[in-house]
Amino acid sequence: MLRTIYLDNNATTAVAAEVFEAMTPFFKDRYGNPSSMHLFGGSVHRDVENAREKVAALIHADPSEIVFTSCGSESNNAAIFSMAETLGHDCTVITTRVEHPAVLQPCRFLRDHGHSLVEIGVHEDGTLDMDEYKRALEMPGKKFVSMMWANNETGVIFPIKEAAELAARAGALFHTDAVQSVGKLEEVNMSEVPVSMLSLSGHKLHAPKGIGALYIRRGTPFKPFLKGGHQENGRRAGTENVPYIVGLGKAAELAAEEMKNDTARIAAMRDRLQNGLLKCPDSRVNGSLTERLPNTLNISFEFIEGEAVLYHLSDNGICASSGSACTSGSLEPSHVIRAMGVPYTAVHGSIRFSLSRYNTDADVDAVLEAMPGIVEKLRALSPFVNK
Amino acid sequence: MWDYTDKVLDHFHNPRNVGRIENPDGVGRVGALACGDALTLMFKLDGNGRIADVKFQTFGCASAIASSSALTEMIKGMTLEEAQKVTNQDIADYLGGLPEQKMHCSVMGREALEAAIHNYKTGETSVRTVDDDPVVCTCFDVRESEIVKVATENGLTTVEQVTNYCKAGGACGKCRSDIQAILNRIAEKKGPADAPAPQNRPMTQLKKIKLIEEVIDRDIRPALKRDGGDLELVDVRGDEVEVAFRGMCAGCASAHITRTNLVQAKLREFVSPAITVVEERH
Repeated sequence: MLRTIYLDNNATTAVAAEVFEAMTPFFKDRYGNPSSMHLFGGSVHRDVENAREKVAALIHADPSEIVFTSCGSESNNAAIFSMAETLGHDCTVITTRVEHPAVLQPCRFLRDHGHSLVEIGVHEDGTLDMDEYKRALEMPGKKFVSMMWANNETGVIFPIKEAAELAARAGALFHTDAVQSVGKLEEVNMSEVPVSMLSLSGHKLHAPKGIGALYIRRGTPFKPFLKGGHQENGRRAGTENVPYIVGLGKAAELAAEEMKNDTARIAAMRDRLQNGLLKCPDSRVNGSLTERLPNTLNISFEFIEGEAVLYHLSDNGICASSGSACTSGSLEPSHVIRAMGVPYTAVHGSIRFSLSRYNTDADVDAVLEAMPGIVEKLRALSPFVNK
Repeated sequence: MWDYTDKVLDHFHNPRNVGRIENPDGVGRVGALACGDALTLMFKLDGNGRIADVKFQTFGCASAIASSSALTEMIKGMTLEEAQKVTNQDIADYLGGLPEQKMHCSVMGREALEAAIHNYKTGETSVRTVDDDPVVCTCFDVRESEIVKVATENGLTTVEQVTNYCKAGGACGKCRSDIQAILNRIAEKKGPADAPAPQNRPMTQLKKIKLIEEVIDRDIRPALKRDGGDLELVDVRGDEVEVAFRGMCAGCASAHITRTNLVQAKLREFVSPAITVVEERH
């Protein structure tokens, strides 16, 4: 059988064996409700709090500042609607053009319901237009910011520490969608970066899908998104998803332990992949080479289309993704690639490889072996390449 | 992943007739790099006016490549008159179907063929000769005539379908109301004129019932539903059609003659002049 070479870790990650193992007792034997007034349920409460401590430790926060949610998207929605609700009507929402839809759509929803919206642009290398951001903060009136820590498509990192400090000085609440950076960047440190809220997602760091968390700095005004229960200190209604919370705790613990080693090894593999693929003629990296997640490579092969590349990669067992129109779920290429002004010859041929600690040098070799033939084959088909 | 048929995947992995032809008789170029797909189709005729050789080059996704490849296989050996009759649906059918959102790939094939035949006949490289044909979708440069053609040929009734078939309206979305207006105009024009003509030949009972059901669905039920009502076909005995009114219509005695007359008129118009309509006997 074809070996699966999984290089799509910004989409989702494998559940770590240790995580799975930690979760299983909570399905079978320890299924109690942590709110129950009997020991069978009540004893589970301790496991939930242990997990909270581990998640808090990963980002250097206090456990009381962690609220478990169902996913990164819920965390983003909860943060954004809470800020809008606590600030009241007609405030200015500041975000960027390259956010994940789970931030962009709630922000645009607020725009359509009486708030103002500013979407900050990016430079050609995907880095933040800081001048535009500063100008937005100078606008009069109440405002809040939602800005991703690192971009899911390009891996480009925004200067969240500086941006959050500027927001604080301007009296604006600041939320960051950090689902791609938690467990990958040591800079995600709540004792040093003054964000008001931060979203993280379990399945991006080897916990399963269906669990996330929202960090809410102590003192930040907060209105729950899910109402109708006392759980999570009244900040998120719904019976705790105990097995998944335990899983996220374990994943956070592993990430904290391994981050330093992982990061260097993953970055080395990514760089080798990048340098090898750039040997394909008419290829280019999308996004800054320096301000970038260690695991992400977004590379365009000109004059060919991403979906066709992905299908050929898949025939080789290789999993990647693309920002091309055909794969973005619409007829237009990814909004991130467009916001960066990537040349139109390269827009549809962007391929994202994203690595994890479970990748090996053999995985990189497999891509480097397969890719030149795929590019050649599709270019031979392309009306824009004359031979 | 898309739900591609084995045939689509086969033509994607092993595209037939790839490349260019020296001194072709006709060349069609459609699409653009910026739009995400493009197709160049060229053919050469033999002494009998049949397509002896056809080659393509495609920039695009798996289904765009497969549609182009399928088209070349389909039209090889055809006269231009025969080739001209190939529709985008024929291309999709040849491949065992395409996902709805990918139907525009088959349309691109048909357009390239049209452009190549036009190029052969006129020497022009562009099919567009009419000035009075506004660009409706500026994002994908789709003109009104293209939308009308694709909607009419494929029986499209919603803006979403038009987007799936020719991309128009699929980016900024500003033209969606214009596309709806075009669809409305097509529907108006179609109306009774395009409906099946009254049949003079005696038809089988089975055919008659089917036709009655069609007319009810198309011409009668929507009008009743607008008023919160509905009707059900109870029985057909020769030329006597028994119906039952439902919803608001059911209890509204004063209007029942009008309704019966309306149903009878429509069925007489589209099915048979001999039809009489009666309400369900209790």
